[in-house]
Amino acid sequence: MSFPITTDYKYGFRDEEIAVARTPKGLSRKIVEMISHYKNEPQWMLDFRLHAYDLFCKKKMPNWGADLSGINFDDMYYYLKPTERTTHDWADLPAGIKSTFDRLGIPQMEQDFLAGVGAQYDSEVVYHNMRKELTDLGVVFCDVETAVREHPDLVKKYFGTVIPPGDNKFASLNSAVWSGGSFIYIPPGVQVNTPLQAYFRINAQNMGQFERTLIIADEGSFVHYVEGCTAPIYQSASLHSAVVEIICLRGSRVRYTTVQNWSKNVYNLVTKRAVAYEDATMEWVDGNFGSRVTMKYPAVYLMGKGARADILSLAMAGEGQHQDAGSKVIHVAPYTSSHVVSKSVSHRGGRTSYRGLLKVHPEAHGVKSNVQCDALILDKFSRSDTYPVMQIDNDDVSIGHEATVSKIGTEQLFYLQSRGLSPQEASLMIVNGFIEPIVKELPLEYAVEMNRLIELEMEGSVG
Amino acid sequence: MLSIQRLSVSVDDALILKGSSLTIGEGHVHAIMGPNGSGKSTLANVIAGNPAYTVTGGDIFFNNESIIELSPEQRARKGIFLAFQYPIEIPGVSVSSFLRTAYQKTHDEVASVSEFQTSVEHAMQPLGIPKEFSERNVNEGFSGGEKKKAEILQLKILDPKFVVIDEIDSGLDIDALQVVAQAIREWMTPEKSVLIITHYNRILKYLEPTHVHIMKEGMIIKSGNKNLAEEVESVGYSFR
Repeated sequence: MSFPITTDYKYGFRDEEIAVARTPKGLSRKIVEMISHYKNEPQWMLDFRLHAYDLFCKKKMPNWGADLSGINFDDMYYYLKPTERTTHDWADLPAGIKSTFDRLGIPQMEQDFLAGVGAQYDSEVVYHNMRKELTDLGVVFCDVETAVREHPDLVKKYFGTVIPPGDNKFASLNSAVWSGGSFIYIPPGVQVNTPLQAYFRINAQNMGQFERTLIIADEGSFVHYVEGCTAPIYQSASLHSAVVEIICLRGSRVRYTTVQNWSKNVYNLVTKRAVAYEDATMEWVDGNFGSRVTMKYPAVYLMGKGARADILSLAMAGEGQHQDAGSKVIHVAPYTSSHVVSKSVSHRGGRTSYRGLLKVHPEAHGVKSNVQCDALILDKFSRSDTYPVMQIDNDDVSIGHEATVSKIGTEQLFYLQSRGLSPQEASLMIVNGFIEPIVKELPLEYAVEMNRLIELEMEGSVG
Repeated sequence: MLSIQRLSVSVDDALILKGSSLTIGEGHVHAIMGPNGSGKSTLANVIAGNPAYTVTGGDIFFNNESIIELSPEQRARKGIFLAFQYPIEIPGVSVSSFLRTAYQKTHDEVASVSEFQTSVEHAMQPLGIPKEFSERNVNEGFSGGEKKKAEILQLKILDPKFVVIDEIDSGLDIDALQVVAQAIREWMTPEKSVLIITHYNRILKYLEPTHVHIMKEGMIIKSGNKNLAEEVESVGYSFR
């Protein structure tokens, strides 16, 4: 299967492939064992992987969402280790990898406004650093391999509990071959007021990237975690299949922001789920611009009284893209609340889908929920669909649901043109206004980046 | 400044303007009056280049140059401004960022953000528009009066050479009407021109026209000075 090569993707450059270790193409029990061996893991983790591999073999491909027929599991590399070890100093990285992250601007961002950075290149986290004052407060921010070694009790207690290996075929796959990602632990009462960021870069061709993220926010703590990602443009498919598990203990708050900008040959199939206990708040801010296909529905299980879920998602689909995104909120406990805003823009034949689940358990009275999803379609070649599901098993609830589909009106265009804007500039202004409720939630640096991505995407799309 | 020559316009195959001609000189304030459906608003839209209308004959010259083939934004950049009868909402776009973008598109020089903001606030004050207004979304949730004032605010900031004011008096109470008329008078100089489209004589009491035209069934059937507007008020549009 091949893909159109577009030239407006700024991050499509690639480095020479370097690997200190890589598994042969394809997936087998043997490959899973090799990955575990490279990582020098304890037996319990190998057992976890092998169990997940068996589940992966048994599970069927999901057939209810986007077209996944371009994925060939046998034609892919599952593990590529680019460097011998993780470093805390950008200067220690091999020149090619360092220049990649320089071009992506990560070291500069770290210096300017981040509290900590992890950078993953193909299968391994090659750089990791966090401000010393956070280490002194007991904050842990490392790759998951390090956490398995240094914090086995926390990992054993929570790993795979929010998203079990059998959750879906891609969660099984990730559980079998996971590599890299972030482990974060915030001690009780600690507020991390500047974001921690992870950046995921795929460099090799036919690569599968399977990072795993586990965030534990202890009672009354706060953290904002941001992830970004890019990849070179290849003719063949790459696969990114992550599992993200978040535990918000009593009274804590976690904000998880994603700016997804994979190249348009990447299948991005990600399972993200959080559990929020009493009075805890989980916030997903999810921006999807890149990839060929994305299937991703950030979820929150509201397990304790007074817990709250905020999900803001934004998807933009252009030529050859299908963004199948959405949200899931499960109100298990009484007096829990949720707020979902989803915005999607489709243009140049792109397709967006909103898939939402809102579930209220019988014992969850006093629940408040508000769901709003808005789609903007820029031309007649593009498409947007909404698939909301509601299962409300308690009468004492307040539920609001609103969905709109709109096109850019000729009157809107004329109004802006009469003020000197070209049709393209006018469309961009309308799109930026449409997504403003999401963008204003982002730190300024990411808001600027998101507006720039939209501008690049829309160049030449109207007029 | 603006010369309309034998202009014919149709919408959905219905002929709305039937060969109207009109010349507006510098420093002039023209008013076109007429009953509903006479084609006044069509004329306003066609001058601004609204693609919903099809020009089937005639021409429009702006400073001796035909603009009939120009896009709305090209006309705006030449200094033509239409104050809309029904201004359009632009959700999520603040008045201040909208004004700044529109200013950049219609002017070569660019003021700094703070200078620009100061000039916007300066323009808002006499219109009785509060400061916070610039953070609201363009026309979203505006009252009828706020929408009209926002159009005049744009007029003051973008400072075109020629403005068509389409039914500004509908939805304005008498105090707001005076404020708006005062703002237009202050904007006016001997180098600029105004075309007011109106059903009633009301606004013309505050914005004294140099020329008044009566439009009926797509044609200008009578022209005169401000006395013609008063005549309309007393006898209606039953001219022969």
